[in-house]
Amino acid sequence: MSTILSIDGLRKTFSQGFIPRRKEILKGISFAVSEGEIFGYLGPNGSGKTTTIKCVLGLIFPDAGRIELCGRPHLDPRSKEKVGFLPENPYFYDYLTAREFLDFYGQLFRLAPDVRRERIPALLKLVDMERAADLSLRKFSRGMLQRIGLAQALINEPSLVVLDEPLGGLDPIGRKEIRDIILRLRSEGKTVVLSSHILQDIEMICDRVAILVDGRILSQGRLTDLVSEKILFTEIVLSGVGDRELAALGEPLSAQAGRTLLKVYDEARIQAVLDLVRDRKGNVHSLLPRTQTLEDLFVGMVRPR
Amino acid sequence: MTVKVIAVNTFKEAVRDRILYLLLFFAAAAILLSRVLAMFTVGDRTKIIKDVGLASISIFGALMAILIGTGLVYKEIEKRTIFTLISKPIRRSEFLLGKYFGLVLTLAVMLASMGLIFLALILIQTGALEGRLLLAILFIFFELVLLTAVAILFSCFSTPILSSLFSLGFYVIGHFSWSLETLVKKARPGLGKTLLRLLTAVLPDLENFNIRTEVVHGLPLPASLLLYSAAYGIVYAAFVLTVAVLIFRRRDFI
Ligand SMILES: Nc1ncnc2c1ncn2[C@@H]1O[C@H](COP(=O)(O)OP(=O)(O)OP(=O)(O)O)[C@@H](O)[C@H]1O
Ligand SMILES: [Mg+2]
Repeated sequence: MSTILSIDGLRKTFSQGFIPRRKEILKGISFAVSEGEIFGYLGPNGSGKTTTIKCVLGLIFPDAGRIELCGRPHLDPRSKEKVGFLPENPYFYDYLTAREFLDFYGQLFRLAPDVRRERIPALLKLVDMERAADLSLRKFSRGMLQRIGLAQALINEPSLVVLDEPLGGLDPIGRKEIRDIILRLRSEGKTVVLSSHILQDIEMICDRVAILVDGRILSQGRLTDLVSEKILFTEIVLSGVGDRELAALGEPLSAQAGRTLLKVYDEARIQAVLDLVRDRKGNVHSLLPRTQTLEDLFVGMVRPR
Repeated sequence: MTVKVIAVNTFKEAVRDRILYLLLFFAAAAILLSRVLAMFTVGDRTKIIKDVGLASISIFGALMAILIGTGLVYKEIEKRTIFTLISKPIRRSEFLLGKYFGLVLTLAVMLASMGLIFLALILIQTGALEGRLLLAILFIFFELVLLTAVAILFSCFSTPILSSLFSLGFYVIGHFSWSLETLVKKARPGLGKTLLRLLTAVLPDLENFNIRTEVVHGLPLPASLLLYSAAYGIVYAAFVLTVAVLIFRRRDFI
């Protein structure tokens, strides 16, 4: 599969405050997105997701690093012919109606009038905004803006769609609808890059993710590889063995009705626990390996060490 | 093509600005007031009306250019509407020129409106129209073409209020730069004189666009002078826009 977006050694520094102090936001970021995948760009608030995306779209200029979009340097206007972008908290000309708005963006892509006439109603239908077609954007709610913003990002039938927090400000049904649209885009062969800090959404739809913490990518790869890499611990519920003896093998957590919940981190010790229980003539009630979720992985990385 | 799309949209945006109509209202009031003013003066009343009317058109046109021009680009960045625009396959220069020509178009329409009121008043007063009045308005337009470029330049890197002050300063100094030249002649040689000379070289002479006295008093207007003034305005505006594009091209939109 060929690469549609590649970022190599991206660095960006902002000067902040009244007496400018330089603060490095992106500290050398590299990743590549292949054609046809949904790529999740994950990171806590303030980690630099939006900053990265702004560099890619040419809104800000990196201090160092190379970015290639659709096989061209990203500052070449032609590289953006087949790119769609939805910014975080989108704002648009609020004096335009939804239809005029999409038409304006269609014109910026030099789409012929008949192409626009055909595409705009289809997009309005896709994002379920037909009833608001002739309403001015001033009267749109945040969720509605998000939807029309998504429609705007698709006006040129892009091969790469970059969405910054596309599910922000949406209700659960809205989130599902947008997720469905994103999955549909992939089935049409488009590539989607989306940033989020909401793990559930990413876990549900992304093929690959990169995890950004404090301006560095701490981990990236296929979601299935990342989260199934480790079994975090095994939870064993048992009875008939004293806490003191168990403490040597794991972490006894709670004791209720004579049953102890033991967290065993070391896989090799599971057998030792079972042997101990048999020795003491106790019982094992359940044994549950807890595999890692994206959330565990994420929280583990983000937590200051 | 892209420039045109953005210009048309900018025009749509600018004509929704209430400030524009407030200024248009005051301009109309000033033009009509010249008729009242003329009644209290002795001498050629028509000349007074022409003089005050044209001056009103010039001043209110300049205010429109400054007050709207300084907000146009700034607002796009502030409201973040520029994000989706710049992410499209358009050049930043195209965006800026689109904004510029959109405002120039707006000002042309506004000048036409003020001109219409003015010419109607003259027609009522004298029963005849003079082509040279249109020429005077055309040169006001040339001045606005330049002033708009300056306003857009400032708005590329500073807030509307500061930009307005800068542009207003540019306008005022531009109309008095001829007195600066007299100052240069009188100044003693030295650093001060060199600085003054540099200033007169950089600052425009906006009086070039003021042919109102000649028009009102029926003085001759050589074609060469007119051509020179028009070319001066266009070249100067192109220069200012180039600087604006150079600044705008390297800007981070954060
Ligand atoms: N204009 C700016 N000037 C200085 N610092 C900035 C500027 N914009 C962002 N930052 C800083 O850059 C860092 C990264 O910001 P960014 O918006 O990229 O985060 P993010 O990952 O998108 O966060 P979120 O999930 O909240 O959207 C933050 O620490 C922020 O304070
Ligand atoms: Mg963000």
